[in-house]
Amino acid sequence: MLEIRNLHASVNGKEILNGINLKVQAGEVHAIMGPNGSGKSTLAQVLAGRETYEATEGEVLYEGKDLLAMSPEDRAREGVFLAFQYPVEIPGVSNIYFLKAALNAVRKHKGLEEVDAVDFLQLVKQRTKLVEIDESLLNRPVNEGFSGGEKKRNEIFHMAVLEPKLAILDETDSGLDIDALRIVADGVNKLRKKDNAVIVVTHYQRLLNYIVPDFVHVLVDGRIVKSGGKELALELEERGYEWVKEADRVAIQA
Amino acid sequence: MTSTNQAVDCYRSHFEAFERTLNGESQSGLHQLRREAMGKLSDSGFPTTRHEEWKFTNIAPITKIDFKPVFSSDAEGIQADQVRRFSFGTHHQLVFVDGHFSIELSTVGTLPKGVYCGSLAAAVKVSGDRVQQYLGRQVKIDETPFVSLNTAFLIDGAFIQIPDGVILEESIHLLFIASGRGQVLIAPRNLIVLGKRSQASIVESYVSLKDSQYLTDAVTEIIVGDEAVLEHDKLQKESSDAFHVAMIHARLAAKTTFTSNSIAIGGSIVRNNVTAILDAEGSECTLNGLSLATASQIIDNHTTIDHAKPHCASHELYKSILDGRSRGVFNGKIFVRPQAQKTDAKQTNKTLLLSDDATVDTKPQLEIFADDVKCTHGATVGQLDADQVFYLRSRGIDEMTARDILTFAFASDVVSRVHVPPLRIQLEALIHGRLDQGRKL
Ligand SMILES: Nc1ncnc2c1ncn2[C@@H]1O[C@H](COP(=O)(O)OP(=O)(O)OP(=O)(O)O)[C@@H](O)[C@H]1O
Ligand SMILES: [Mg+2]
Repeated sequence: MLEIRNLHASVNGKEILNGINLKVQAGEVHAIMGPNGSGKSTLAQVLAGRETYEATEGEVLYEGKDLLAMSPEDRAREGVFLAFQYPVEIPGVSNIYFLKAALNAVRKHKGLEEVDAVDFLQLVKQRTKLVEIDESLLNRPVNEGFSGGEKKRNEIFHMAVLEPKLAILDETDSGLDIDALRIVADGVNKLRKKDNAVIVVTHYQRLLNYIVPDFVHVLVDGRIVKSGGKELALELEERGYEWVKEADRVAIQA
Repeated sequence: MTSTNQAVDCYRSHFEAFERTLNGESQSGLHQLRREAMGKLSDSGFPTTRHEEWKFTNIAPITKIDFKPVFSSDAEGIQADQVRRFSFGTHHQLVFVDGHFSIELSTVGTLPKGVYCGSLAAAVKVSGDRVQQYLGRQVKIDETPFVSLNTAFLIDGAFIQIPDGVILEESIHLLFIASGRGQVLIAPRNLIVLGKRSQASIVESYVSLKDSQYLTDAVTEIIVGDEAVLEHDKLQKESSDAFHVAMIHARLAAKTTFTSNSIAIGGSIVRNNVTAILDAEGSECTLNGLSLATASQIIDNHTTIDHAKPHCASHELYKSILDGRSRGVFNGKIFVRPQAQKTDAKQTNKTLLLSDDATVDTKPQLEIFADDVKCTHGATVGQLDADQVFYLRSRGIDEMTARDILTFAFASDVVSRVHVPPLRIQLEALIHGRLDQGRKL
């Protein structure tokens, strides 16, 4: 589904991603962990098409297509979804209006008709239940004045309505209380299908108890320095990142 | 200077010709006022950018043209269905063609007893005293040269008087239609008088039947009695060739609630002065404004809030969206007089620049002479937020639509403050329409 080959990216001439290689197949869950500032969000934003970051080398194939050549909106319409680490506030635009515009853009791209008002409301009702989001957030301006946890939950709610093929969740767990974490994770699990995939960026093993990953990758200084199964997350939780970095230094020297 | 003097000469000769048609009426109090105003205009001339009040807006294109005053109503050839598209569904709609009341095109529903809602000229004829105790007494006739010009040719406009305690459920629409009959001066003069504890909402809209170059020079005087509530909305969407200079001048008695919403979309050079005098204690005054300019339009908003007495609050929000090579001007004066303690004044001015060539001059002007007051002001100028655009796009919305959604949201902040629902809906549609035109304002 997704293949990242030797991806380098920089911002204002400063290199942040340093040769990323990653392969994600349909049906898989990948977790990306790593210290602050290692480039996890940068990778997520590059995949979503943020222009501030320039991909200087390498390529990304998404369902066989050159992802980097596509506009952010086309990526979204083709099923790429990014849940932002810091969801953006949009004063004056109601959450529900925004979501309807987004859904219709995706539907139009697929050659489907605009969703009719009744069906849309039904879909929204059902999805609000799935992620147990407070309905009062629907008519408020997007993210404006939302609490940290409400913003994260709203991202998953958008995902639940848009039903992407490849969801990238950038620290969706941070800022969530313990109950919310479980609810959001349950929501993500319910939306999992054979033909979609999830990349979870997280600092905490706890989320991975709920959304069980097939692979765990460690990103350090813009490179994936170690990959493993779900037990790697446990090991990181216990031992921190130093030993991974050290092993990497040794490997490079050798 | 020569061209502004020439302009004054032209208006003086139109004035003299006008006087010759008056016969006996030339002795009337009203005509004395006109004559005085013409004198003031002759003395002052028209301003240039050397004048502090006009330094950002060059009105030379306006003074270059010999606009001929329109002395009487000529609604002939204008059909009711040409007017309908400017209506928004209230039963009380006074229509003015080139500044003169048209009884044929107007409709007035049932109104509570004692309410006057009609032509100023007619009111002067029937009960001159009722009008003249207010007319020309709120705004100084030489407040600006354009007030002088308007007063010199003061003939008609709207006169609305609401007696004490009367609450109008439905809004009154004053519809000013420019017929497009050539280079004319349209000078409506409106007088709105709200009695104690009365409530009303009044909408002025300025529209053109076809594109043409003319000058609208409008003055609205407003008197709000004790504890009265008035929402005054103004929608200006004249021809892109037209010039529009207007003054709204409100005097607020005790414990009033006054809101002015001024939306400017049309015109080539536009200057709005909105002035509110908080003349007694306990009033609340809100001034909101929204300008949408494109091409080489200039939209200049000057506001003045004069806190003359203690315990009053004022809130001001003026926003501009500027595209093309357009220019915006905002000058917001707030005076807090020495005795106006416990004043609470807040002014906000925000400009959204949609193109690299659009510019804005913004100048808050707070003159505070009392010490126990709260006054804040803030101005921002910026482009659409790149993070917001990306967030929308990352959910599948194309870039143009994302920009339109964000631009509309910026505008709707002001539009949502219009409390006349059908007007608000019309405004929203109008702004959407502007955004859709070739994806430019
Ligand atoms: N627009 C930018 N301008 C300058 N530096 C940037 C920019 N965006 C990211 N960086 C830098 O790139 C590095 C990687 O940032 P990124 O946000 O990808 O880290 P992260 O792994 O997501 O960290 P965290 O775990 O704290 O979220 C950081 O050093 C950051 O300061
Ligand atoms: Mg991050």
